Amino acid sequence: MRSRESLFSRTAAMLVMGVFAFYILLPVWWLIVAATKDREQFTGTNPLWFADFAFVDNVRELLTYRDGVFLRWMGNSIAYTGGAALCGTLLAAMCGYALSKYRFPGRETLFNIVLGGVLVPATALALPLFLIFSYVGATNTFWAVFLPSIVNPFGVYLAQIYAGASVPDELLEAARIDGSGEVRTFFTVSSRLMFPGLVTIFLFHFVAVWNSFLLPLIMLGDERLFPVTLGLYTWNTQVNQLPELRGLVLVGSLLSIAPLIVAFLLLQRFWRNGLGTGAIK
Amino acid sequence: MRRIAVVVMTSVLALAGCSSGGDDAASGDTAASACAPSTGKVDLTFTSWIPGIEEVVKVWNDKNPNIQVKVQTGPNGNGGTYQNFFNQLKAGNAPDLGQIEYDTLPSFRVQDGLANLAACDIVTGAKDKFVDWTWNQVTFGGQDTVYGIPQDAGPMALFYRADLFKQNGIAVPTTWAEYAAAAEKVKAAGGYITNFSQSDVNQFAGLAWQAGGRWFGNDGSQWTVDFSDAKTTQVADYWQDLISRKLVSTVPPWTTEWDNAYNTGQAWTWVSAVWGANSIATGAPTTKGKWAVAPMPQWSAGDKSAGNWGGSSTAVFKSSKHPYEAAQFALWLNSSDEALTLLNQKANLYPATKSGATLPALTTGVDFYGGQKIYEVFAEASTQVSPDFVWGPLMTKTYADAADGFKAAVSGQGTLAEALKTAQSSTIQAMKSQAIPVKG
Repeated sequence: MRSRESLFSRTAAMLVMGVFAFYILLPVWWLIVAATKDREQFTGTNPLWFADFAFVDNVRELLTYRDGVFLRWMGNSIAYTGGAALCGTLLAAMCGYALSKYRFPGRETLFNIVLGGVLVPATALALPLFLIFSYVGATNTFWAVFLPSIVNPFGVYLAQIYAGASVPDELLEAARIDGSGEVRTFFTVSSRLMFPGLVTIFLFHFVAVWNSFLLPLIMLGDERLFPVTLGLYTWNTQVNQLPELRGLVLVGSLLSIAPLIVAFLLLQRFWRNGLGTGAIK
Repeated sequence: MRRIAVVVMTSVLALAGCSSGGDDAASGDTAASACAPSTGKVDLTFTSWIPGIEEVVKVWNDKNPNIQVKVQTGPNGNGGTYQNFFNQLKAGNAPDLGQIEYDTLPSFRVQDGLANLAACDIVTGAKDKFVDWTWNQVTFGGQDTVYGIPQDAGPMALFYRADLFKQNGIAVPTTWAEYAAAAEKVKAAGGYITNFSQSDVNQFAGLAWQAGGRWFGNDGSQWTVDFSDAKTTQVADYWQDLISRKLVSTVPPWTTEWDNAYNTGQAWTWVSAVWGANSIATGAPTTKGKWAVAPMPQWSAGDKSAGNWGGSSTAVFKSSKHPYEAAQFALWLNSSDEALTLLNQKANLYPATKSGATLPALTTGVDFYGGQKIYEVFAEASTQVSPDFVWGPLMTKTYADAADGFKAAVSGQGTLAEALKTAQSSTIQAMKSQAIPVKG
């Protein structure tokens, strides 16, 4: 009886997972198929199966349209996202480490404020940030998007947990006795122990900044500074005026998720470890 | 811990609340500001979402070393650029010039964001270059007010499948009564005469505009709002009848499903603006050569009137330090042959000037329409658009409310006329809550 029950629950679990996988993958499949069609076949043929394979032509059209502005947008996105995720992870790691390992007055309060920050959606901050950047005359610059993207309270929260779980206090004591300074200890010992956790923070941050949209929309007017999300959205709103843009938006959307997939494939090994570490303790 | 989080949240909300409060509506201030040329080199910024606008502006910059224009871009107006304009006006860093559609100009006017160009003699002197009704769209009918330079227009006509009408022996309708009669024959032949758009309320406004409906009025001290005048109700009841009898399809517009309906010959006509020519050509490529364009059907046989759907102006924001130079650039952009030709090539803009109709690109036959000189039909329609249709100050809200009602109506709940009535009261309500003086 027991084994039959478990077979049943296993099947049920597989079924639920299968349904969800189908639900999540179907739009991606549609996107892949749509990106391979030329304009004429896009409306006329089965949306979920291939027609003549025009993917290469579509990509070439996208990359050459308006002097390759799409590549510029991809580059911008990588600069905003990669830079912000790296700096943000470092900041979050140092912050979380300090909150976890040092005793100082106001520590609890600081940590609670950071936790409060987790609850504030980034969209609610976009307009105040715009007014602040307007005040210092820095809107419509690279920094207007880059600087706010570095801040990641959720990362600090995660780093605090990871530091508590993976860096033993005895080790820090030993390092201090051996004469290592606090900064040196952080970079040579603690950050390595926290590494799987930092990968998680990096990935979360990377995805959040890559998909961030409202902040660049409000801050930027110069097309050459747009990240790829805003650029594609801009094209999409012009479809009524210039219908040929629709095909470019589709191919562009497909290409724009590629870096996310690459980041996940490269880092998922660390990520799984990292999630496990946090969950057990 | 939880308490602190709440404090943080509320202070953020309060901050967001502060910045979204509207300025008081100013409707008395009509005196034109001074408009004197600046000395020395002038740098202007111009925000527009026209595809390829940089290349048009480059032509100006090459010729005018002392008035250099820098282009900023973004999504279309309702996609975010209008909200950005409002934010920038608040923050004091709005561009000198911005693209604003006719139906949104009043929103910026009630927020007191626009420079009145009536003091610029170059602007008032250019009045006769523009088609009369487009000029009224930027003056709101006033004598000493000019809040923008008309850029493009969307005179409406009837796109129809010439081949299908001919094969089935159906005459091309010239009146709305004939159009309804043709709809029955088209249904019998297995198609729909058109697709009624549940979300393009501005298209419906164009149909009401043609019929003589007037949605808004402004006597200088307060607004009047009326979406249920006799003419508008006539139009609403007409389309409601076609929807109820299932003589029109109701797929959501601007989707692949909608393109497909035109591409496969399910939908036979489209009452649309001049820019629609390109929408059909791209959305329904397999029907090349089978379409033709005729004037809009009329409410009484022999009438000659047309509606308008879309169109933009180039406005100068009040914060601009160089309104004279900005106006100079806007006039060049929207009335010189070289700029209009480029705008037409890059973005299919149909000029708002009288002479624009004679641009070479607009007087030749179009292959997709079997070689018909379709733009001649639109040029004539443009002269038949009534000049006294006024937009309200909260059109985004009006459109959204009416579209909600339209969506319900096409699925069988309520009618178009009821949807308009609801939208009317919610528009009045919203205007009152923003302290915009309104009757009713």
